[in-house]
Amino acid sequence: MTIPNDIHITPELVADHGLKPDEYQKIIDLIGREPTYTELGIFSAMWNEHCSYKSSKKWLKTLPTSGPRVIQGPGENAGVVDIGDGQAIVFKMESHNHPSFIEPYQGAGTGMGGILRDVFTMGARPVAAMNALRFGAPEHDKTRHLVSGVVAGIGGYGNAFGVPTVGGEVEFDERYNGNILVNAFAAGLADTDKIFYSKAEGVGLPVVYLGAKTGRDGVGGATMASAEFGDDIEEKRPTVQVGDPFTEKRLLEACLELMATGAVIAIQDMGAAGLTCSAVEMGAKGDLGIELDLDKVPVREERMTPYEMMLSESQERMLMVLHPEKEAVARAVFEKWELDFATVGITTDDLRFRVKWQGEEVANLPIKELGDEAPEYDRPWTEPKKPAQLAAGDVPQMDVADALLKLMGSHQVASRRWVYEQYDTLIQGNSLQRPGGDAGVIRVEGHATKGLAFSSDVTPRYCEADPYEGGKQAVAECWRNLTATGAEPLAATDNLNFGNPERPEIMGQLVHAIKGIGEACLALDFPIVSGNVSLYNETNGRGILPTPTIGGVGLLPDWDQMARIGFAGPDQVILLVGAPASRGTHLGQSIYLRDLFGRKDGPPPHIDLAHERRTGDFVRKLIRSGVATACHDLSDGGLGVALAEMAVASGIGATITDLADQDPILQYFGEDQGRYLVTVNLDPQGEALAALWRDAEAAGVFAPWIGTTGGTDLVLGAARPLAVAALRAAHEGWFPSYMDGEAA
Amino acid sequence: MKSAVIVFPGLNRDRDMIAALTKVSGTAPATVWHQDADLPDVDLIVIPGGFSYGDYLRCGAIAARSPIMDKVRERAAKGVKVLGVCNGFQILIEAGLLPGALMRNMSLKFVCREVKLEVVNAATDFTRGYVKGQVIRCPVAHHDGNYFADAETIAHLEGNGQVAFRYAEGTNPNGSINDIAGIFNDSKNVLGLMPHPENLIEAAHGGDDGRALFSGLLGQAA
Repeated sequence: MTIPNDIHITPELVADHGLKPDEYQKIIDLIGREPTYTELGIFSAMWNEHCSYKSSKKWLKTLPTSGPRVIQGPGENAGVVDIGDGQAIVFKMESHNHPSFIEPYQGAGTGMGGILRDVFTMGARPVAAMNALRFGAPEHDKTRHLVSGVVAGIGGYGNAFGVPTVGGEVEFDERYNGNILVNAFAAGLADTDKIFYSKAEGVGLPVVYLGAKTGRDGVGGATMASAEFGDDIEEKRPTVQVGDPFTEKRLLEACLELMATGAVIAIQDMGAAGLTCSAVEMGAKGDLGIELDLDKVPVREERMTPYEMMLSESQERMLMVLHPEKEAVARAVFEKWELDFATVGITTDDLRFRVKWQGEEVANLPIKELGDEAPEYDRPWTEPKKPAQLAAGDVPQMDVADALLKLMGSHQVASRRWVYEQYDTLIQGNSLQRPGGDAGVIRVEGHATKGLAFSSDVTPRYCEADPYEGGKQAVAECWRNLTATGAEPLAATDNLNFGNPERPEIMGQLVHAIKGIGEACLALDFPIVSGNVSLYNETNGRGILPTPTIGGVGLLPDWDQMARIGFAGPDQVILLVGAPASRGTHLGQSIYLRDLFGRKDGPPPHIDLAHERRTGDFVRKLIRSGVATACHDLSDGGLGVALAEMAVASGIGATITDLADQDPILQYFGEDQGRYLVTVNLDPQGEALAALWRDAEAAGVFAPWIGTTGGTDLVLGAARPLAVAALRAAHEGWFPSYMDGEAA
Repeated sequence: MKSAVIVFPGLNRDRDMIAALTKVSGTAPATVWHQDADLPDVDLIVIPGGFSYGDYLRCGAIAARSPIMDKVRERAAKGVKVLGVCNGFQILIEAGLLPGALMRNMSLKFVCREVKLEVVNAATDFTRGYVKGQVIRCPVAHHDGNYFADAETIAHLEGNGQVAFRYAEGTNPNGSINDIAGIFNDSKNVLGLMPHPENLIEAAHGGDDGRALFSGLLGQAA
């Protein structure tokens, strides 16, 4: 396939490029003539939703993005946060939803590749990865195939690259049947004085192409990712890129080696819309023009046209502006790693983006309007409808033990071991907490005591019922998961996955979720430093559940004072920290209702941010002072599931005393927020525990003693005792048997 | 004892291995790039794990044909100790320094988890930090660790004390024949194993069962 450059522009062609008639008119007004075919391709790449954030920008600007530790907020390849001692953590989360649905192995793998590149482009060596995956209903025809392909693809890329996967999420819901979500997170360590940015500086400097050769893969990928899916989805397979983690690993080592030589002025990886996006961003940010000579671009296929070269999304490529006198040093580094190195252009002072090909100028466009001054929309939106409260006394009954056993073996709660054992979770030798706990934790290499915690969270069913509370909850749960290890939450990245923003009710979800996220981030001092927006997640007009995934990073000053979820020993006091007087009250949108009674009604639990803050700060103090022997936050399935997870993680049982005047279903399965289970090895009648309670009271936190660890059964009050071994069997059993084709 | 770690493009546990050797011996090993003309004068050569050349063609096949491997063969023939872990084991097999083959895991999936290993032969320089029959914890992380050899080779390995480690207590993660996790060459100066002892040497790793392999090796004639 060769796409010629002299195609006549028709309204159909404009529409095929995802540009609306008014956007096309804007192009004509801007350049005073019809664009060439290559120019049309460049505009479609730069002005699509994926690259321009045109629907979301207005609202993203409202998010808190600064703080005393923030070195770089959104707008660069990744966010940068100070972790002390001259070191920074560089991180971001990004979606690869559409490609992963079309071709799960390559789509998910290149999603990993893209996010890793975003991190090492900034001079950071990747040290941790996570991925948040959302699939269709377990019983849907395609789900097993997609789970298997996505997990293998992430593993295939990340394992070969050599970064430990420390956490993530896997969820199933029919609303993702035709549009799965693959959100990949990566974090890297760098020295604060050696961060690299994409802003080009200096006129007449060489623009250098590095890495793999350019092929025809992924041509038009970003435009595809900004459209809804129809029934012609299979035809879009050629827009998916093919990953080569071996080249990426060499590119990492070569880039870090090159950066150490002092040759790099600016660097940008070629991700979505490849050469176009990277060149325009470097120029536009630096208020410089860029001139590219496509005859110099290393290609792996013959007779590629400028259109194809400019829109190729071939992976493992970088663009840099280098100090001219260090070009030879730079070339030697890349030759050592057997990677392509070619000077393909030059920076100019005229703010034009010029592309030459075989002696002809195939594009000449204003660079600022293409890049940082791309169109922005204030799309109409409607207020989401608030779901009705559950009727008073509407508490469907089930035997507590039966309910817990069913939930532990449900697709929502069951162990994700089948998934994470396909990821290398311990490479680099720094993994302190591997997947399966509240957050993944690594130690900071080269530092005696410092650790970093990572968690990725969102509860899409809450967001669907109430995007504002759901947005708050995603942030709060992430902050809570980091806190539950003893870490101080530092900052977060957001990956906003929504449907078609041209529909006012979807836009309303986005607007309200961002409002909730912003308020929570502000209240919890947890700024958003990077992110990605993925819209048009719809198939044949039906949107996904609104899914604003939050990936957070926390700092542990001393990983010796770190909590894990497993009970630490028998005869320890179990405290329910942050509980309301009745322990649990809220069943709306709970998995108890959804997965045991098929009900999706009621509002999601309310998030009281002041309560979150004081409870979390109190829990962190208990962990850091060494008093807490184990800690686990309460989320899906409430108190019952959290206790069972702590028991399963340790093999130690517990006996819980019922609260006399509260329905056990609400106590054990209510999903009230801002609660943690903390165990302490203190005499229940002793002074130390009394002092702890006095501190709690002073902090405004209720921390009742609800039971004691020990034995081999989990006993929830009057309910039938459940053997920890039986809970474990249920918990471990679902995923492997589902993938073997048994359960659904 | 002086050691060297060979690095091929695509290896990714080189840093883990260098850290382990450094922490156990107190001295950093020499790092040898695959294009280097020669090996330094060392007592131990280590080929760490990863995905040399992306595991393209066949795990370890391309690295095994690198000129530096001729030097490794020469040194091994002179009795210098050679250790290959994971992809390093695959490279040693492809280079003809160890017999047999490492096939795709029986599950056909990459597997990263902790297993139990039985120390089958503790009477070698590599394993003298352990006791024969001792069962240790050790992580694995591989896609192609399913050891196979013909019956005659297996009989020879078993009869000549060349099985170093066996997966124990039903934890064989890959379907390898006779639960073999690691083997020696005939003269026991070359060891290849799939598990990663370098990832279990200190409290931060949650245990140090892998440490004795390095301390046993490096402690002698240090």
